[in-house]
Amino acid sequence: MRQEVFERERAPRWQHFEALLRALDEKRASDDFPRQYRLLCQDLVLARDRQFDAPLVERLNALALRGHQHLYAARIAGGGFLDLFLRRFPRAVRREWRLVAWMCLFFYGTGALIFYFTLRDPDFVYSVVGSGQVAEVEGMYDPSSEHFGKPRQATEGVGMFFFYVGNNVSVAFRTFAGGILFGIGSLLIILFNGLALGAIAAHIVNVGYGGTFFPFVIGHGSFELSAIVLAGVAGLRMGLALIVTGARSRGEMLREATLRCVPILYGMTGMLVFAAVLEALWSGQPAIPASVRYWVGAGLWLLVVLWLAFGGRRWRSA
Amino acid sequence: MIDTLYHVEAPEGVDLALRLAGPTPRAIAYIADIAIRFFFYIVASFPLRALLDDVGGGIGFMLMALGEVIYPVLFEVFGDGQTLGKRMVGLRVVHADGTRIQWRASVLRNLLLFVDWLPGTYLFAAASMLISRRFQRIGDHAAGTLVVYAEAPEAVQRAAPAPSSEEPAAPAIPLALAERAALLAFGGRSGTFSAARREELASLATPLLRAGEPAAAQLEAVAAHLRGAERSLRGAAERAR
Repeated sequence: MRQEVFERERAPRWQHFEALLRALDEKRASDDFPRQYRLLCQDLVLARDRQFDAPLVERLNALALRGHQHLYAARIAGGGFLDLFLRRFPRAVRREWRLVAWMCLFFYGTGALIFYFTLRDPDFVYSVVGSGQVAEVEGMYDPSSEHFGKPRQATEGVGMFFFYVGNNVSVAFRTFAGGILFGIGSLLIILFNGLALGAIAAHIVNVGYGGTFFPFVIGHGSFELSAIVLAGVAGLRMGLALIVTGARSRGEMLREATLRCVPILYGMTGMLVFAAVLEALWSGQPAIPASVRYWVGAGLWLLVVLWLAFGGRRWRSA
Repeated sequence: MIDTLYHVEAPEGVDLALRLAGPTPRAIAYIADIAIRFFFYIVASFPLRALLDDVGGGIGFMLMALGEVIYPVLFEVFGDGQTLGKRMVGLRVVHADGTRIQWRASVLRNLLLFVDWLPGTYLFAAASMLISRRFQRIGDHAAGTLVVYAEAPEAVQRAAPAPSSEEPAAPAIPLALAERAALLAFGGRSGTFSAARREELASLATPLLRAGEPAAAQLEAVAAHLRGAERSLRGAAERAR
């Protein structure tokens, strides 16, 4: 079949296919579409094989591509938010339990070590954290400063919520993204945060402000610190996929690892948002006695551990 | 042949061709996106501050801190792979198998923009694109995505074939397949060249040409023959005489 005959004969079919595509763009599906798509694919193969001219082949290719995108619009089976947070996220975390253990060791281990050193040698804090930041932290937790004892305005709390979300989520995203540099970026950010946390906590004890600092951080710390650790876990998983490839290519390993990380990314972002709610509306309330805040804080830590350890677990029937 | 065409094999056994976009158009689209975002920040920050005070300040900070992720993800997922900058340049993000981009891949590729930005000059992105056969930056590698040219609407909208202006004429000598293809391509595209360029290109095909007559018209006649154009009645009648 010569090109002009071919074009004349098939033109109505192609126009029909275009109409179907336009209908699909407007979310109107048609039972006829898959069949028309296969016919169009045949026409494209034929046009290429017969070496018909470039504009015709390009047109058929463009039509087939749009059809392909409609037919194979990858619909990811998602069970919505509840399923993600109650099941898929804890499962994804448990799947990486070794990395979670290592990251906790890096983060809390360095924190504890620096906490100990700074308690013994108070000036040590200045070799970890800049003196400007030390003064700032002192100002925040000084019990004699005037912002303690004064209840917060509601709008101020809401404003702080958005501020905390912006700050913490962008730090966590960076912790994750840095992992693609063979895990180094994630490890460095986690280690540095562990260092700073240990040094500041010890310094607060040294200057005697522990009574305002610890009741403040224990509540939202459960969700916030765990989320940062999990961001590091996801980043390290990506980096390890580039190092330990087994018999497969780096690209393949990387894409599989990132797919596994996605529920962790969504989950830890949700945790940070919740931590920001706590930090803005609960942690800073001076009216609530410290003992209550300690107990609630401990309960929240337990909740995080139980949630990640048991969420979405399938119980074997005895 | 060095080409930016990338073929995806569809389950129907047909290769779909995608035209990959290189670093330059992508950089232009990206710069446009940055400009749009900052314009939005500036425009949004005043009413936010004025109407919502502390809350507005907080929202503004959050938008600034997370905008480089939120903005492209929302536009790519709901705008069929196109941020505003990509739309201006005519680019589109797709999965490596040619399908439309979804949440997961979009979130990954845009989170990893932070690494592509390192060391503060997008050097990693540029290096990654240049050593990649498919112009993928680091985020594209991790998410399995490609940036391609959006198919031009005029390519899709091509109307009925233009009627051949020339009487079809059989070639003077037998043609190989590649030669037929070259002539067909010339016939299909000759309308887009200037008359002088058309003539210059056509005059290269000396074995097919009768000397002394305009070369382009002769080749178009051969191309029309190869396309299978039917002779007009007048032409057939003349031939019969």
